[in-house]
Amino acid sequence: MKRPDAHDTEVAIRRRSSLDVNLGDRTFRLVTAAFAAGAVVILASIVVQLFQGAWPSIARFGAGFLTSSDWDPVHDKYGAVPFLYGTVMSSLVALMITVPIAFGVAIFLSELAPPWIRGPLGFMVELLAAIPSVVYGLWGIFVLAPFMRSDVDPILRTLFGWTGFFSGPTNGHDMLTGAVILSIMILPTIASISRDVLRAAPPTLREGALALGATRWEAVRTAVLPYVRSGLVGAVLLGLGRALGETMAITMVIGNSDRAHQSLFQGAQTMASKIANEYAEASNDLHLAALTEIGLLLLAVTLLFNLAARILVWKMRGPVGQRPV
Amino acid sequence: MRKLLLVAFLVAACGKSKDSGPVNKDNGSGSQPASDTPKTGSVDLTGAGATFPAPLYAKWIAEYAKATPGVAINYQSIGSGGGIKQITEKTVDFGASDAPMKDEELAKAPGTLVHFPTTLGAVVLAYNLPDVKDQLKLTPDIVAGIFLGDIKTWNDKKIADANPGVKLPGDAISVAYRSDGSGTTAVFTSYLSAISPAWKDKVGAGKSVSFPVGSGGKGNEGVAGLIKTTPGTIGYVEIAYAKQTNQPYALLANKAGKFVAPSADSISAAAAGVTMPDDFRVSIVNAEGDGAYPIASFTYLLVYQDMDDPVKGKAVAQFIWWALHDGQKFCAPLDYAPVPDAVIKREEAKLRSLTAKGQPLLPAS
Repeated sequence: MKRPDAHDTEVAIRRRSSLDVNLGDRTFRLVTAAFAAGAVVILASIVVQLFQGAWPSIARFGAGFLTSSDWDPVHDKYGAVPFLYGTVMSSLVALMITVPIAFGVAIFLSELAPPWIRGPLGFMVELLAAIPSVVYGLWGIFVLAPFMRSDVDPILRTLFGWTGFFSGPTNGHDMLTGAVILSIMILPTIASISRDVLRAAPPTLREGALALGATRWEAVRTAVLPYVRSGLVGAVLLGLGRALGETMAITMVIGNSDRAHQSLFQGAQTMASKIANEYAEASNDLHLAALTEIGLLLLAVTLLFNLAARILVWKMRGPVGQRPV
Repeated sequence: MRKLLLVAFLVAACGKSKDSGPVNKDNGSGSQPASDTPKTGSVDLTGAGATFPAPLYAKWIAEYAKATPGVAINYQSIGSGGGIKQITEKTVDFGASDAPMKDEELAKAPGTLVHFPTTLGAVVLAYNLPDVKDQLKLTPDIVAGIFLGDIKTWNDKKIADANPGVKLPGDAISVAYRSDGSGTTAVFTSYLSAISPAWKDKVGAGKSVSFPVGSGGKGNEGVAGLIKTTPGTIGYVEIAYAKQTNQPYALLANKAGKFVAPSADSISAAAAGVTMPDDFRVSIVNAEGDGAYPIASFTYLLVYQDMDDPVKGKAVAQFIWWALHDGQKFCAPLDYAPVPDAVIKREEAKLRSLTAKGQPLLPAS
């Protein structure tokens, strides 16, 4: 039996009736469209389900849910402010810690590191993403929280206590420790995507800048970074998405206090941790509905951040010839 | 023939429990009631609910499977709330809950649900004071003061007065609580509500409450982590957890004013000190009696008074019977307290009243 060659293929294609061609293509299109629709249907049904589940709470509290700081299952009073604050604050602090480090890692790996170190180092950064959330949490309880309490927090208190963000006593289980855990968890996401984005910038840009006498730093700053700006923003937003939704690890170290405090040394609670804490043993239907509404809010916050990100990336699009990566 | 055997067993079991209490050493073999389960094949039972008694239930299920071939039980410790939900929806053969069901929860069930107290647990106050070697003594007043945030330092006069001769540090007290909804929190806050009008008024009792001070850890291990890693911390955990992790815990003054250590005896004493209602739904916090430990509670199995499936119903009734007699000896080694004999007697009568489609599951007596 002879192996099929180009001629045979051509003959085979010609022999098919036009119906066959259309049928195959049509089936292919239908199947893939069904998969694509599946994603939309799942998202829509989640929203509908959450909305239905949250309805008793929405009907009872209305907009008050978004402005009240009371969370008291015993007296059936529910408000989401402390958890909205906890989620947004912990994620933003985590980004402030991670972004400079992640960009540093990415620039080193893509621009400066000798080739033999790139592979292993990049691999190790990505390995951070493979550690299960609960392991981060346990490490947080037994290593990070005591370390923050005895070594990091006193220094911050002395230097920045006047700002109000680093004041008061702490047992190490607080907003700051939660943010630090988050920052470690989102580092691999931001660093590895940023590295890929930087590497995708055409080498001619760097070479041109270097040829003009720029230093390495100047070449990165003036030629490469502007070109990949929107890609980097995308990397940060993927990290932010993970931070907003992270549950297990942050629940274990954030101190789970139902009050919003200015000081990062106080316990806090995120929307995800609130749900994780109370959903399994919700005391009545209204409690369950309030927790479901928190879930709906978390989805809304995530969508909002994603939307803002799209707009940001879109606005950043450079002039023609500088197509973003 | 089958019936005869069963009657013989029940008579034997009752006779023995009169002499030797709920623990019958030698009826675990041979005359098991479940050994004559229908010969049509094996029975699979599913149960779900409370996490607190889960280690004991796992032990019971393993032992029961050895003693009673043909009955396989699958218990999922998904939490008391989930247990109540699943038995209400009849997706399991029995539910389990730490706190008795509320009236409005019972009203939602499609039939009459019956509570069977299976064992007793206690909540202890564990602390981390590296320099204090004596076991700390706490009064109700002090416990409420600490958790309300009124008592702020360890050398507070009230604590010093209760612990003469103990050198207390001047450190700030840091409070640790359970952040996840739990029966442990329900028991502890119902104790605080019983002893402190201020607590009852401001916070109240429940599986999740709004704690005025402190930080929350998820699960017993989360609270234990907070206590262990932070000197000056006090928190509440289940007794089994404190014992297994060698955490120091406080002696508590009970209603009679006596300082009592949590133990199987002092917990059972708390259960003996209350008047048991007919439906067994009772709180035993702050119980009467010199030897009673004040923060204790029953944990319950939940089944329908009239079940749909006679075969499964019978297997459930026989399993509960076994748990209340042979099973009780496994309590103490796992740091649970056995149910007092007087309560077991009343549960026997209740078990005999269970039916499936109107037919009794166990012989009358």
